[in-house]
Amino acid sequence: MSFDSFSDFIAMGGHGFYVWLSYAIALVVVVINIVNPALQKKKIVSNLVRRLRRENKSL
Amino acid sequence: MGIIVTNESANSEGSSVLSLFGAVLKRDLMLAYRKKSDLFNPLIFFLMVATLFPLGVSPEPDFLAQIAPGVVWVAALLATLLSMESVFKSDFEDGTLEQTLLSPQPLFVIVLAKVLAHWMMSGLPLTLLAPLLAVMLFLPAEGMSGLMLSLLIGTPTLSLVGAIGAALTVGLRKGGVLISLLVLPLYIPVLIFGTSAVQAAVTGLPLAGFFALLGAILALGLVLAPLAISAALRISVSG
Amino acid sequence: MSEKKNWMPRWFYQLASPRWSYEIMGKLLPGFAIAAFLLLIAGTVWALLFAPSDYQQGNSFRIIYIHVPSALLAQSCYMMMAIAGAIGLIWKMKVADMVAKSCAPIGATMAVLALATGAIWGKPTWGSWWVWDARLTSMLILLFLYLGVIALYSAIENEAMAAKSAAVLALVGLVNIPIIKYSVDWWNTLHQPATFKLTERPAMAPEMWLPLLVMVIGFYCFFAVSLMMRTRNEILVRERRASWVKELVEKQ
Repeated sequence: MSFDSFSDFIAMGGHGFYVWLSYAIALVVVVINIVNPALQKKKIVSNLVRRLRRENKSL
Repeated sequence: MGIIVTNESANSEGSSVLSLFGAVLKRDLMLAYRKKSDLFNPLIFFLMVATLFPLGVSPEPDFLAQIAPGVVWVAALLATLLSMESVFKSDFEDGTLEQTLLSPQPLFVIVLAKVLAHWMMSGLPLTLLAPLLAVMLFLPAEGMSGLMLSLLIGTPTLSLVGAIGAALTVGLRKGGVLISLLVLPLYIPVLIFGTSAVQAAVTGLPLAGFFALLGAILALGLVLAPLAISAALRISVSG
Repeated sequence: MSEKKNWMPRWFYQLASPRWSYEIMGKLLPGFAIAAFLLLIAGTVWALLFAPSDYQQGNSFRIIYIHVPSALLAQSCYMMMAIAGAIGLIWKMKVADMVAKSCAPIGATMAVLALATGAIWGKPTWGSWWVWDARLTSMLILLFLYLGVIALYSAIENEAMAAKSAAVLALVGLVNIPIIKYSVDWWNTLHQPATFKLTERPAMAPEMWLPLLVMVIGFYCFFAVSLMMRTRNEILVRERRASWVKELVEKQ
């Protein structure tokens, strides 16, 4: 453990803003890269389902 | 706009490549000569861009002398880019390009000739016009030779790399801006070494190293770029 | 032709089948997802709480645990995109095309992350948000290369043609990257001699680089997860008329 207290940990020796901003941006980028394809897949599958239903009706 | 690429030149092997090269070069130069606006518009653009800097930044001679190498090079780069779209466009639109791809002649040679023709109509005049800009921007006289030589060796690379972008986008309706996006990052090494050569010439440092680097990039481009251009043309035309 | 390529392993041919690829990626995904999650969490906790602070930069040094993995990933992602594109061009392998297409957005966001963390790190270190440091400049140009590839993908409507064109562009970029890197490094030493480099430093202590290693592996696992998710989506879209996709959808 390189910090004595929780407030030390947050402050990061005066560099807290920079460190936490970096990690926050990293979190956002990682989450976007996972959530975006997941949402995409949902959309693709629902489109496919709709198409399939239409095709089955017309048969 | 007939098809110059005939089967006759394929008969004798050794000289056929040269005669093919000559035929394509001659045809493209002739076409460019007939359509003079394609020749002059980039040159006028080159001149205008360089004029914007004193107006936009400062007319102070000392300051301008400092930024002159970069400004001339950036202007040359943008002017080349502007003229790039037309390399394959008209050939694509009237179907000549498709015929060329179907012909048994080596595409490598044809592409190289077309790029050379483009350079003679863009890079070469830009190089010849550069001293005028250099004077307008107060570039010291010692830098002139460095500027001319670096442009002479650097602009063919710009044409070669730009032609890759032109070949990739030839089938698209809005190719213009896209070419810039694709090609500009690839121009950066030439820009860096070109402007450094001029700055070295101004300060009296040895120049040979820069020209060797620019020459090496050009040699690499001459070997590899036609391959990429050929592949890109085949993709753009026949999918 | 087929005799010539016999030295290729069996899975290489199987990869050519979108259905096989879709299924194998579905099986691999949970494992990689768990590994990525655990490694990233462990690495972050280690990096933020337990790694010692730097004697020169203090705690702002902890940004390295984001900056270096994302920069590495951005570079290797471009390489992977170009190689996958080349495989698609040479062997006409559809799945390789889809992998190449899926690489582009991930690599671009990683380049953005590397640039953002580099800029943030620059503020306490150099006193300004942006410095024309050789590494940052190279990364910016890499981002431009990514954006070019993405722009080309979106400009061409025909999927097969877009994939081939983008593959050619990615390969041209791959050849150019060493030249760009060399020229930018050279330009940097010319204009800013002996500046303080962000990541070039004397050998790091193990308690500093071990968490970095964990983070790098975690980022690569995360990359695998995101890439497989995107590629699976791409397979579904491109193979929407295949019967196995219809069966798959009917099951749900």
